[in-house]
Amino acid sequence: MQFYVIQTLNSLALGGVLFLLSSGFSLIFGLQRIPNLAHGALFMLGAYIGTSLISRGVDFWAAAVLSGIAVGLLGAALERLILRRLAGNEQGQVLVTLGVAFIIADVCLMVWTGDPIPVPAPDGLRRPIFAYGLAFPTYRLVVVGVAVVMAVLLFLLIERTRLGAMIRAGVDDMEMARGVGIRVSRLFSITFFFGVALAGAAGVVAGPIFSAYPGLDADMLPLALVVVILGGVGSLLGAFVGSFVVGFVYNFGTALLPDLAYVILFLPMVLALVFKPEGLFGRARP
Amino acid sequence: MTAINRRTVLQGLAVATGTLAAPAVQAQPTPVRIGFLTVKTGPLASGGLQMEQGLLLYLKERNNRLAGRAVELITADTGGVPAQARTKTQELVERNRVHCIIGPLAAFEALAIDDYIRGVGLPTLAVAAADDMTQRNPNPWFVRATSTSSQCAHPMADYALNELRMRRMAVIADDIAYGHEMLGGFQRVFEDGGGRVVQKLWPPLAVPDYGTYISQFRSNLDGIYMGFAGSNGFRFTRQFNEYGMGGRVPLTGGMTAVDESLLQNMGNEALGIVSANWYSAELDNPINRSFVELMRRDYRVDPGFYAAATYTNGAVLEAAMRSVDGRVEDKEPFMAALRTNAVPETCRGPVRFDQYGNVVGNVYIRRVERKGPRLVNTVIKTYPDVSQFWTYDPAAYLRNPVYSRDNPASRFLER
Repeated sequence: MQFYVIQTLNSLALGGVLFLLSSGFSLIFGLQRIPNLAHGALFMLGAYIGTSLISRGVDFWAAAVLSGIAVGLLGAALERLILRRLAGNEQGQVLVTLGVAFIIADVCLMVWTGDPIPVPAPDGLRRPIFAYGLAFPTYRLVVVGVAVVMAVLLFLLIERTRLGAMIRAGVDDMEMARGVGIRVSRLFSITFFFGVALAGAAGVVAGPIFSAYPGLDADMLPLALVVVILGGVGSLLGAFVGSFVVGFVYNFGTALLPDLAYVILFLPMVLALVFKPEGLFGRARP
Repeated sequence: MTAINRRTVLQGLAVATGTLAAPAVQAQPTPVRIGFLTVKTGPLASGGLQMEQGLLLYLKERNNRLAGRAVELITADTGGVPAQARTKTQELVERNRVHCIIGPLAAFEALAIDDYIRGVGLPTLAVAAADDMTQRNPNPWFVRATSTSSQCAHPMADYALNELRMRRMAVIADDIAYGHEMLGGFQRVFEDGGGRVVQKLWPPLAVPDYGTYISQFRSNLDGIYMGFAGSNGFRFTRQFNEYGMGGRVPLTGGMTAVDESLLQNMGNEALGIVSANWYSAELDNPINRSFVELMRRDYRVDPGFYAAATYTNGAVLEAAMRSVDGRVEDKEPFMAALRTNAVPETCRGPVRFDQYGNVVGNVYIRRVERKGPRLVNTVIKTYPDVSQFWTYDPAAYLRNPVYSRDNPASRFLER
């Protein structure tokens, strides 16, 4: 019983982090058709910037927001200055994001060295909660809450605002969106900024769990890919459901069948690609 | 991809100008060329950078001269990728004509260059710990002054049994050969002495979150042994505490679980962890005291496993070069000297080698304590002259297969 309670809570916490990471990835992928392979590196960069801000006395949540903005600006610059020039050349764009991922990883290594840096949880959330004879890390519960709040905000943004309507239009049919007078290029920059800023902020929010360390990017990127392919490209609901599915599959899979840890993680993705290539909530592309 | 990076060129220039500036009283022999395989990019870079710091410091202290010959150090970054380790080794030999190499860092890199080293006969002072490189498949051109993966795990198990009085333990390690060999060594000695390993957990090497594993630990354990590489011990310990386990079950660890490089960023959660290693920055011998002081001065860090590894390799290399009067070009006598010389004083204590080219040296049991502002690995017991075969008969030991996930067989696992 204890085992299932704890693993369930663990799965929710991992799902929360994955949602923060992959929602931006999914939106960018859906709108611009670019799997931004630098997303994991930007997540890591966010975590590192967060550690520097926090060590200078900045409040944890403020550091998450500032770090997100900084990473978002970098992402917007990347989109404007490089990806835009490669418009239409999707392979080129994918390779560029991969190259940028390596560059960011090496810059992080130079600036923050190779040693892992802990991110302290906000005051008051550091001690585990003891209830019914179980100990559960308080901060992980908070992460689930943050993810849910962000999901609601993003949902309102996408479904209830003009900007959201334009993004949805762009995801569904780029040519038509352009045809009805949506300034798609500006839309691209805005989405890229938000998507990447989410990743940067997620790096800080996940920091007290993962810490900032070289290789964090490569650990996270495959998880984001699985979430997005499973949930459906460009679908917020898909990213949300996909994150928690992956959270549960990953936790229970590794706990119950440890020898098959990787198989279990990637099996849902393979099945989705074979039987429902557009993902659980994605729309088939013409 | 170039074999010579900027730093190498600068070092080369420094050496060259140094040679030019010296009064030409006697004919200068050509410099000895040392290839240095390290990792400066990717997830293993933390250890690779420390390897570089330790080696550069050793050479700097000696004015870039060993046994009367100037040293030209050619650094190659393998990125921790086996194929690249092989390419770089080949470049070092065929383009730079190095006389020996120091490195590589990781076991899979060492395995990737194993047959090449044999083929060209390249003296190699390794850091990588793969057991079989000096056991069932010994390479005659290989000398290891650090330890095998399991060499420090044997005494750790002995200490857990006889001093910490642990009988019922869980073990957790990275699911790679290094982890398998550490846990295998630990389990064998622990169970031969009457202990029971009741749980074995194998998280993948790159797992961001240990929550799943931590919540699986059985109740009433006497202790947990961690066989982690890189920064995994750091994250595991933090998350262990986050789950309220800290202080309930004592942690013990392998060589790199609470390395000095990790301790500098760790907090009170690390206090009390007992681990076994062939080195500690706290070792009280004159060479180590000065080494630690210089590392703190030049790099503002305490040396850990990797810095001490290349610093020790420097001492082994220098001793061998002395005994062949600097004639590293005669490969066979040079290699023989590397493997037969006893080096009585290094930062890790006395070092000598067995017939397989692996070190016989002290293993230290350390406990994490707070000393002023920093966390340190205080030495609480020394096991002198530990062989890679522990107290087992080498021939009998080698008849068993190498330690793996399922060897030794687990008799006490609780499902």
